[in-house]
Amino acid sequence: MRAAEVVRRPTPWLIAAAVLAFALLPLQGNDVGLREDLLLAAVYIILATNLNLMIGYAGYVNFGNIVFFGLGGYVCVWLVNAHAWPLFAAALLAGAVVSVLALCFGFGILRLRGAYFALATIGVNEGVKAFVANFSPWGGSTGIYLSITAYQPLGGPASALWTIYFLLVAVMALSLALSYAVKNSKFGLGLRAIGQNEDAALVLGVPTRRYKAMAYSASAFLPAMAGALFFFKSAFIQPDDAYDLVLSTEAIVAVMLGGQGTIVGPLLGAFLYEELRGTLLTTKAFSNFQLVIAGLLLLVIVQFVPGGLMGWVHRRWPRTKRILE
Amino acid sequence: MFGILASIVDGVLVGAVYGLAAMGLTLIWGVMNVINLTHGAMIVAGMFGLFYLTTLGIPAYAALAPVLAGGFAIGIAVYWISVHRVIGRPPLMSLLSTFAMNMVLIGLGTAVWGTALFNVPVALPGITLRGYTFTGTHLMAAVLTASIAGALYLFLYRMRLGKAIRAVASNREAAELNGIPTTQVLALTFALGVALASISGALIATLFPFTVLSGTAYQLKSFVVTVLGGLGNPAGALLGGIALGLLEGLITPFMPVSWTTVIEFVVFVIVLIAFPRGLFAFVRHARTR
Amino acid sequence: MAANETDSRVTALLELHEIGKRFGGVEAVAGLTFTVGEGEIVGLIGPNGAGKSTAFDLINGVRLPDRGRVVFRGEDITGMMPCDVVRRGLARTHQIVQPLATMSVLENCMVGACFGREDLSLQAGETVAREVADLVGLRDRLAEPASQLTIAGKKRLELARALCARPSLLLLDEVLAGLNPTEVQRMIEVVRTLRDCGISILMIEHLMQAIMGLSDRIVVLSSGRKLAEGPRAVVAANPAVIEAYLGDASLAGVAHRRA
Repeated sequence: MRAAEVVRRPTPWLIAAAVLAFALLPLQGNDVGLREDLLLAAVYIILATNLNLMIGYAGYVNFGNIVFFGLGGYVCVWLVNAHAWPLFAAALLAGAVVSVLALCFGFGILRLRGAYFALATIGVNEGVKAFVANFSPWGGSTGIYLSITAYQPLGGPASALWTIYFLLVAVMALSLALSYAVKNSKFGLGLRAIGQNEDAALVLGVPTRRYKAMAYSASAFLPAMAGALFFFKSAFIQPDDAYDLVLSTEAIVAVMLGGQGTIVGPLLGAFLYEELRGTLLTTKAFSNFQLVIAGLLLLVIVQFVPGGLMGWVHRRWPRTKRILE
Repeated sequence: MFGILASIVDGVLVGAVYGLAAMGLTLIWGVMNVINLTHGAMIVAGMFGLFYLTTLGIPAYAALAPVLAGGFAIGIAVYWISVHRVIGRPPLMSLLSTFAMNMVLIGLGTAVWGTALFNVPVALPGITLRGYTFTGTHLMAAVLTASIAGALYLFLYRMRLGKAIRAVASNREAAELNGIPTTQVLALTFALGVALASISGALIATLFPFTVLSGTAYQLKSFVVTVLGGLGNPAGALLGGIALGLLEGLITPFMPVSWTTVIEFVVFVIVLIAFPRGLFAFVRHARTR
Repeated sequence: MAANETDSRVTALLELHEIGKRFGGVEAVAGLTFTVGEGEIVGLIGPNGAGKSTAFDLINGVRLPDRGRVVFRGEDITGMMPCDVVRRGLARTHQIVQPLATMSVLENCMVGACFGREDLSLQAGETVAREVADLVGLRDRLAEPASQLTIAGKKRLELARALCARPSLLLLDEVLAGLNPTEVQRMIEVVRTLRDCGISILMIEHLMQAIMGLSDRIVVLSSGRKLAEGPRAVVAANPAVIEAYLGDASLAGVAHRRA
């Protein structure tokens, strides 16, 4: 897929526009409130977009996807706290470590078919959580607290928060770019074949074992970096927050809501879901029902609109398939 | 020494109840290839059902029958809401559908009851041997489990409806052609699976305290047991439950409780990868080449 | 020209040596031995449940044989993963078609092309896919989702995908089933063209006339065992073969006189 081709298609421009919006809007008038809102949206978008590689392309639901986020967070915070690593290097290493681990793990658990794999990923998440909760070098069940001095290399807390935000937006941009690159590559073709009919794909020559493990590993890298940045920003990480199955589930809802298998879908779905969630949480009547609403959304989507928003749009206006991938 | 033995025996008793819970899961899985992710919520439903019935003054063991019936009714509802439409579709969809239903149920549960601890006090004399007491409730639970399992066996193998269920499990199209109303049979099977889950929940409530979130732990145990026993194999589920109970009995004297979950997950993943057909039987393949 | 199993004029492309597979108590395939030579069309026939599709599964790695060897172009490929088998030039179609449903016809073919014998890029794969689609008559349907094809179309897609892998040996599993007479004729022509292009073919078929007309040699299976092998006239007159199909030896005499 050459550069000339990419530039000619609408979707990369849409992605670029979205990224620019995220980067520039909060700068208008130094809007910290908007920045925090968009930061959370960016996290959801990163999780959903990378999860889409597994769900939307390969057809494997990674219920425990949050384990990448949490593990990345732990590696980074620990490196910064115990070994005074600079943030950028720590985050990068976190991404690398987690995706290598995912590759090794992937070969094992991806031998399991769709549903069994899904359950096993919950197992991986819960297992890692329980392990970390008992692992004293990482603070056990109390977790790790970052002292405020960690922000000094970044120019103090206020300026650090901005830097972290832009780094997260960059990770979001990379996630969308990765999603696009994979979808239009031979690797993506093979993955989608696996998602349609794994047995047929194998007989057609797709190296299913290798491809699945690669997808799993690829889907781990950027969420791990996002986790690294997010928990550094929070200055505090503990097992229940890091391996939060609710967030893991919300990522799935976001992918399904927006339209699995598309590029714009997870972006849209994550953004919409995060906004919905934010609104609900601030409305007293609904704050307890976050999980219920998410569940109802997923229920309706799976049963009536399994293609999500983008799926519906593509069916209704087939021309959009090329414009909004 | 006897302490460990006692722990093992107790584990087996409790394990039988895990097996009962898993029987519901494996029945649904085996008959319609649907993984019921509301299983945990249904166990919790049984727990709360028993709780409220006993607060009304009904003795615990007498309340089991209405819990069974209630579970059955809820099962029918859950089937029509979240399972019926996704039966023909890829298994991914039914997984997500029941998962979503579970989110709704647990979400409602936590909204109503929060994370408060509930308990159903049951007074039953136990058996004391060499200074170790085998609690009456554990013994009773195991006995009841055996009876229910026996009843299930009779139903599936001796009664017409049970045979119809097995026919649909074996080949839905052929069953349909033979005049069996497969949709109704599927709904019934699902409801039966849920009923088993809820009654096992009720039995567990006589043994341990519980919260709205307890279901997750027991759901995990049910999955471990199901893959141990082989999908769609209720007898295997019972044996698998006992095996798991045995394992727990062996572990608990030596390790902090928080490790039990990890170990069970590890066992789960290992069994799935190494024994795709379960330790006790062989059914559909869980693994790819 | 007659060709029997020890004919040295035909180089063996595929060799099966005593392969066997057991499912529970049933031997689906038992001690099966035969070869497919280069440039040959070999027909594999037999009553239902004879083990023909299972034999295919054993050849291309979908199932592991319990015993025996599968040798392709002199290389032992027994138990090799199906994706690696295709890499070596052995492609296969299925009796029950398996289209990649929501992907377009073109994309379906591209999968076959990109992951076939050669490691082709998306662009090169697309070129091959378009060529092959032309050959089998799917040119006008390239943009359609595969699920929207008719049965005949899906059969053609199944064949096209296998062809895109540029195989030297093609395993066809009932490629004529479910087609009307015109479509059957067309497909027979396509198969002949393929052989003329240098692709050897091993085909399972129930349509007697078609397979008798197409095949250089016939292998007959019954209950997992090879019952007979040889040129079509010889096989057709074999009483054991007739009995296997009709189930009654006394009818063998009748059929023999008729043949």
